[in-house]
Amino acid sequence: MTSSQATAARSPDSSKLLSGLRKVATSLAVILTTLLGLLVITFVIGRLVPADPVIAAIGDQADQATYERVHKEMGLDRPLYVQFGAYLSDVVHLEFGQSHITKNPVASDLARVFPATIELATLATLIGAGLGVPLGVISAVRKGTWVDHLGRIVGLLGYSTPIFWLGTIVILVFYAKFGLIPGGGRIDIYNEGLVEGPSGSILLDSILAREWEVFWSALHHVVAPALILGYAAMAYLSRMSRSFMLEQLRQEYVLTARAKGLSQRSVVWRHAFRNIRVQLLTVVALAYCGLLDGTVLIETVFAWPGLGQYLTSALFFADMNAVLGSVLLIGIISIAINLLSDIVYRFIDPRTR
Amino acid sequence: MNVMTKPGSFATLHNWLINEDFTSTRQARLHTFYVAWLNLLANPLAFCGFLVVLGLIAVAALAPMIATHDSYAQDLAFALQPISAQHWFGTDEFGRDVFSRLVYGSRTTLYISILVTVVVAPIGFVIGATAGYLGGWVDIVLMRITDIFLSFPSLVLALAFSASLGPGIENAVIAIALTVWPPIARLARAETLTFRNADFVVAAELQGAGMGRILLRHIVPLCAPSIIVRLTLNMSSIILTAAGLGFLGLGAQPPMAEWGAMAASGRQYLLDAWWLTTIPGIAILTVSLAFNLLGDGLRDILDPRNG
Repeated sequence: MTSSQATAARSPDSSKLLSGLRKVATSLAVILTTLLGLLVITFVIGRLVPADPVIAAIGDQADQATYERVHKEMGLDRPLYVQFGAYLSDVVHLEFGQSHITKNPVASDLARVFPATIELATLATLIGAGLGVPLGVISAVRKGTWVDHLGRIVGLLGYSTPIFWLGTIVILVFYAKFGLIPGGGRIDIYNEGLVEGPSGSILLDSILAREWEVFWSALHHVVAPALILGYAAMAYLSRMSRSFMLEQLRQEYVLTARAKGLSQRSVVWRHAFRNIRVQLLTVVALAYCGLLDGTVLIETVFAWPGLGQYLTSALFFADMNAVLGSVLLIGIISIAINLLSDIVYRFIDPRTR
Repeated sequence: MNVMTKPGSFATLHNWLINEDFTSTRQARLHTFYVAWLNLLANPLAFCGFLVVLGLIAVAALAPMIATHDSYAQDLAFALQPISAQHWFGTDEFGRDVFSRLVYGSRTTLYISILVTVVVAPIGFVIGATAGYLGGWVDIVLMRITDIFLSFPSLVLALAFSASLGPGIENAVIAIALTVWPPIARLARAETLTFRNADFVVAAELQGAGMGRILLRHIVPLCAPSIIVRLTLNMSSIILTAAGLGFLGLGAQPPMAEWGAMAASGRQYLLDAWWLTTIPGIAILTVSLAFNLLGDGLRDILDPRNG
């Protein structure tokens, strides 16, 4: 083989590598600007607060000299862009300030409440995808039949129900009237603190530790909030998977597969469904982010000790450090989830390689 | 489309309206509306949604006539009374009539959702259409900003903004508007891109039309159907977000009647007075469902491409 042939053989490879690198660089730039934008928004929100942060720190009894000293110490006399720089460096060092209510650093509070929310939202997404995707696919295949109409009604109701109200009604009926579920919280008080595991999810940790009583108690507590959130996710996912599936069933390869005499099941699941997996992944990620909204309300209703409840109680006491920390964390989680779905998307869809 | 002439009392008008050999611009316009109306009548679910929305507007407009009591009048001797002939939906913890508060609450709901829509529609359109029309760096920057706002879960962003602006109905409107514009901008951009290089746009450019004129006179009429559909569907999520804010005490402040706040205050008396939470929630559900049904129906009529 001559050297020119060798270069010709190598060059597609290296150009592929180059374009791959460029893709990675572009998506990195996108993520970084999104993160920066997120920080700008939380910074602006922090500046908009009418309450004076100095008075919040030293109380309204302090004299003028103390006020001015603290004002200077907090850097409030410096230009806004310097303050933003200081804010950035704080965030990079995971310094979100102190919470006025818990008196702990916000970062350690967030680390404490975060796993509970992830546990709830993940479980709800699994329920939503597990029920919603098959429902959407079946609705598309049987378009116009009673299954489709039922799916549509279930979906529209899920879209239109105020989730905090549904939670309250579930507590009224299943806790107050029938006593089937606990009235709130994450676990029974006598099981609390028995399991300290690596994942922070009581369900997983209790399985790992083989503490079955703790597991049942945790499961008992998580069922109602997870089902309610899961219903909201199901409404969205069934609607999306129905429309993706309809799109595929119109394609000619489906007609070809049918003409070859393949069974309905094979056409639907092995041909059409394989092609909507990538789109589904994206909407499942979106549903997960949407559920972070739902957890704020549902955690408040069910006294679930997670990020949402932390955020709402911080709001209630105008604890801005805690509010901004939680909002930033929720924003970062949604960026991370979308990024993750992007990566998996590239992995399972050969067309994007 | 099933358009046929028919006899009857309105026959002449009907025939004039469905006749496609137009003799004037006005006839052509009225024809479009009339056919859309006939399509709406043909879709029972969408029509139900339409009726509920009309009903909501009527209740809000005629609230003083419909309400049976003063919605602010407290009467502690009659606190937490169950449903009765005098108090159709019972009374709340201050002895106020829940039915009357529900009626006045429709004003709050309508006020928030209409104000948000009116604020958001032009802003979202201008941002999206400018990005789509100009392309290049403007497009990249505007869409990046849009994506940043989209990356926040909307209720959380609204919560953070209304927490920093302070509770109150106007601040709730601003906070919700900040979360609603990005999808509108994305939609307007996508629609603008499909028409950007169409011959009629190029022709208008050659005749010396500026960007403002092209967007306003040529792009707006073409984007309008899909944006109207999106805004109608958005109404439901605006109502739910507003109710969520009210539930957390950040929306309308007491003693103003707001459905989300009413449901929230009922939670303390859940076991003794189920109606306090249940009834406002049903009202929110009904109205938001109605907007969803109407939006779905409108999409089939106005914007079949995205159906």
